Amino acid sequence: MEVQPHKKIAQLEFGIMSPRFIKDMASAKIVTPELYDKEGYPVDGGLMDVRLGVIDPGLKCKTCGQKLKECPGHFGFIELARPVVHIKFINVIMDLLRCTCRDCSRILIPKNKIDKFRIQIEEVGEISGLTARRKTIKEFISALKTVNKCPYCKAKQFKITLEKPTTVIEDEKRLSPIEIRTRLEKVTDSDIELFGIRPESVRPEWMILTILPIPPVTMRPSITLESGERSEDDLTHKLGDIVRINQRLFENINAGAPEIIIEDLWDLLQYHVTTFIDNNVAQLPPARHRGGQPLKTLTARIKSKEGRIRHNLVGKRTNFSARTVISPDPKLQINEVGVPLVIAMKLTVPERTTEWNMKYLKEFIERGPGKYPGSNYIIRPDGKRKKITDETKEQLLEEIQPGYIVERHLMDGDVTLFNRQPSLHRMSMMCHRVRVLPGLTLRLNPAVCAPYNADFDGDEMNLHVPQTEEARAEAEILMEVQTQLISPRYGLSIIGCNQDAISGNYILTQPWFKVPRSEAIDMLSAIGIEDFSKFTTKETVTGKEIFSYLLPTDFNFKGLSRLYKDAPEDPDSVVEIKNGKILHGIMDKNNLGEGSGLLLRTLHKKYGSTAMVDILGKMYRLGIETLFRHGFSVSLSDLDLPAESHKEVKDILLKAEQEVEDFIAKYNDGSLEAMPGRSREETLELRILERLNRARDDSGRIVTKKSKQNSHMMNMVRSGSRGNVINLAQMAACVGQQALRGGRISIGYRGRTLSCFNSNDLRAPARGFIRNGFKDGLKPHEAFFMAMTGRDSLMDTALRTPKSGYLYRRLANALQDLKVEYDYTVRDAGGRIVQFQYGEDSVDVSKSEAGKINIRKIVRSVE
Amino acid sequence: MDSVYKEYESELPPQIIEEVKKHVEKNVSKPRLKKIMEEVYREYKQTIADPGESVGLVCAESIGEPGTQMTLNTFHFAGVSEMNVTTGLPRLIEILDGRKEISTKMTEIHLKKPWSGGKDITKIAKSIKETTFEEHINSIDIDMVELTMVIKLNEDTDIAPEQLVKILSKSVRAFTFKLDKENNIVVRPSSKDASLNSLYTLKEKIKTVWVSGIKGITQVLPVKKGDNFIIMTAGSNLKEIAKLEFVDLYNTTTNDIFELERTFGIEAARQGIINEIQKVIKTQGIEIDIRHIMLVSDTMCMSGSVLGINRYGIVKEKPSVLARASFETPIKQIIEASLIGESDYLNSVIENVMINQPVPVGTGIPTLIAKISKSKGDLK
Repeated sequence: MEVQPHKKIAQLEFGIMSPRFIKDMASAKIVTPELYDKEGYPVDGGLMDVRLGVIDPGLKCKTCGQKLKECPGHFGFIELARPVVHIKFINVIMDLLRCTCRDCSRILIPKNKIDKFRIQIEEVGEISGLTARRKTIKEFISALKTVNKCPYCKAKQFKITLEKPTTVIEDEKRLSPIEIRTRLEKVTDSDIELFGIRPESVRPEWMILTILPIPPVTMRPSITLESGERSEDDLTHKLGDIVRINQRLFENINAGAPEIIIEDLWDLLQYHVTTFIDNNVAQLPPARHRGGQPLKTLTARIKSKEGRIRHNLVGKRTNFSARTVISPDPKLQINEVGVPLVIAMKLTVPERTTEWNMKYLKEFIERGPGKYPGSNYIIRPDGKRKKITDETKEQLLEEIQPGYIVERHLMDGDVTLFNRQPSLHRMSMMCHRVRVLPGLTLRLNPAVCAPYNADFDGDEMNLHVPQTEEARAEAEILMEVQTQLISPRYGLSIIGCNQDAISGNYILTQPWFKVPRSEAIDMLSAIGIEDFSKFTTKETVTGKEIFSYLLPTDFNFKGLSRLYKDAPEDPDSVVEIKNGKILHGIMDKNNLGEGSGLLLRTLHKKYGSTAMVDILGKMYRLGIETLFRHGFSVSLSDLDLPAESHKEVKDILLKAEQEVEDFIAKYNDGSLEAMPGRSREETLELRILERLNRARDDSGRIVTKKSKQNSHMMNMVRSGSRGNVINLAQMAACVGQQALRGGRISIGYRGRTLSCFNSNDLRAPARGFIRNGFKDGLKPHEAFFMAMTGRDSLMDTALRTPKSGYLYRRLANALQDLKVEYDYTVRDAGGRIVQFQYGEDSVDVSKSEAGKINIRKIVRSVE
Repeated sequence: MDSVYKEYESELPPQIIEEVKKHVEKNVSKPRLKKIMEEVYREYKQTIADPGESVGLVCAESIGEPGTQMTLNTFHFAGVSEMNVTTGLPRLIEILDGRKEISTKMTEIHLKKPWSGGKDITKIAKSIKETTFEEHINSIDIDMVELTMVIKLNEDTDIAPEQLVKILSKSVRAFTFKLDKENNIVVRPSSKDASLNSLYTLKEKIKTVWVSGIKGITQVLPVKKGDNFIIMTAGSNLKEIAKLEFVDLYNTTTNDIFELERTFGIEAARQGIINEIQKVIKTQGIEIDIRHIMLVSDTMCMSGSVLGINRYGIVKEKPSVLARASFETPIKQIIEASLIGESDYLNSVIENVMINQPVPVGTGIPTLIAKISKSKGDLK
């Protein structure tokens, strides 16, 4: 490999190109609108001139001698027969014309006032930018008493107006670009400076084009259609127009044609140059293809999401990536990803040959691309890629020597990046180790669904393979799953047990859970534990003992389980672990779950992330293994209520509805007292809402108390793995009031919600109260109300996504270059200090516990 | 004991020391306290954000990501009142945009001692509320022949009719106002050539004439918060409220960031932004660490006035042309830069992404210095 000097771009300068500069930079003068000659070879002096770069394979660039893809392209130029205005600078030109004398081109501010004004104007420019600066100058001049007279040569000034887009009118006569140019030429450098324009890099007359640069062909390549016909780029079309009109204008001028014809052609030239720069000027009809679709010219190429900047410069594309549907596999480690064999044989990792690994790498070449684990390409030291095939194999095996790079198939343990869109936070792209598996989906441990926000209803995810040692190192050290356990958003763990894993461990640690020792060992070995030398020798083993076997033997912990809230007297409501043994307590979401998972957090703090990830994986599998053996399914009978409770619920609802009717009656006879600061109607609504919600809650309480206590449905709710009391109540007893826009469903213009009700019916059922539960089934009108709120929430989601997306983009753009400096201040890219200490105490949230240091624990731990 | 604390005063943030004081036993021995402090110090050093940490982006992620989970439901009822306040995503956008006019202004007026206990609370509240003539008027009749207008007043207004006449004559010219025997206000044009039309316009105008209270305060509601009474108002006018004798200005706030800036200065505005964002987050049940909110707020207030997070605010202040161009209105940015002859020193992230160079944050900062031998073939 050739050693190349490492160069870094330090600075980019912006400015306006002078005609001189354009000419010097150009490698060809374009004189003819023709593109190709009869043989299809680019015409000299045409728009596809080979001096402007090559886009055809086989041709060589006449400027740099390089071939296709090597030659970056070169600019050309055309000499315009008459100068034209650059549309993007027209406002600046107008301001300059208005603020300078028409005779002597001095700024219309008297000498004695100019210095004082300069200070003022600098300030304006600093705060509000260039446009505001010019505006202030204009205002200042019109405020001067000598409005119509130049303070220097006493010439009378006329009003100058712009006839959009590019025609300048002075005193009802048209100012040609030539005249404008001569005026601008005379403006002195010191006067320009007042406008905020830097004379070292910009002269105002350069804003009038006399020479037009022609972009290289490489940025406007033509495409060859199937029929062999050539289709030119939009820019080439436009440039063709310009060159054609320009030639005509030249000829007419030389021939001494009448002024009108020349003027017409001049205007046409102006039109073409304007649309070449921007085809969306308000007053101009956009230039179109024959089909009528507008041309995409320079401005449109740069602008917007699909433009050059956001699409190509800020957004990059990669090779060595894969994407398919994902599916869960709890048997994988949390930091692993299951890669289908087909993908593993396409994605490669480059390995450099040395004396010591030559033999090893030769085996890969031997197996070739078709046999796993093989290799697809080798790269010679000169950068040439060679495909490995059955034919080339022998020869390549001969050829290979230290310095060659072999691109071998992806193998177990390789470092990859795994990503799911939308990538809203840094945990959306984490580093996983490869595990090559049969099948066609990418597999991940369901415990990492939370950071990716993934589910398995058809989600797809992307996999990237870093190709350099640096990239691999960064991925491993900064992005691996165990480094991302704690969310930088709130300082709590984002990865933990979920779903079945919680249900399983909940059941496992129940006091009644006992299995024979043999089965316990079965379970433990199924989750990947092999050493049972320290396992209890008792005949029957409790679930807690099985769970304890996962914990380190010096682990102590005390925490509360969810049970504590309802029954603090139950010994199992407090989790206590001593020397790695659960003394009492039930494992549930409070201890194992995401976010709150206290047990996990303590493990993390004490034993480090790698150990924690290992234990978490085992816990997860243990939970699932428990369910596997114990059985877990919910059924409709889980929602059954005893007959008398059913009646009780009915009574509660009936009573609530009765009370609502009482409210309405009171309202109607005027005895309902209004709450302070509210009208009587509002008071009624509030009272009703409050009453009905209470009814729903009451019935929910009966459901939790009276339904089957040890059902699996109940287990899920109790353990916190899925569902809550309200869900249960909605299924078993009563769905409750449907809210739309912060109130009951409104009666609309016709005085009723549905035609099955009377007008102005204020009672509960007529305004969206659903008396039935899902199990009993909804009445037609109830189903209708349900659909209303359902649709409302769908709309909400659909409208929210783009809004929050834009907010996020703005935030990211505004804050992306804030970083902590070596002196621990937070500064932006310009070095301005935003905070003297990050967050006033420099604490990194992702290293803290909920943004704090757990001092109580430290105090307790110090003897 | 204090000597041990003092030793760490410059090393540890005050709130950590405070917390140690809180958790440590009363009769702790000096060596033990020292040990504890050492441990705390070690722990603190470990939790510190590393130099180069891209805190800005983490902050943007932390606020942007939960944005997708917020509801769009605009209104939230503050307590049992009819005052509904914008919350959720629209409010968050409003705050971060740095909008001059927010959709629902609100103040929370805290009261000084005797009043905070509930003294005259309804009376005070009423006196703040802005009233216009419409609320004091029963009806307005126009006599088309005489070209006069009779305003019948509400009987239960607590403002004297004479007072009302005074207010009217002060704010409306070209008409004379007089009280008749039944305490009705009779309106006559001052000049003879007045038209009927002018009477009709006057009728509408009179309705909107300000009578009492503080301008801008459209609703008031006394609320008991903890032990004290406070007054919540819809609409906001801190400057006028500050003049009232019963107002405890130290605790009174508004949700209008720009008003905070105008009346109390930029530091108050900064705290205001933090408080308002936290309010939104709280109602949505989302957790975001306060450090992220502080960073946004600090960035918005850094320049000395509140800037929004948009192309007219923070993004405009960026020193890099390319960074500005990559956000919005790229053409405008490039054109302006070319006029000034601006230079882009490629100091921030996005420009370096554009030109394929390492970004100057995190692991992109440190560089290796190595001697590369000049003779060729060394690396071969």
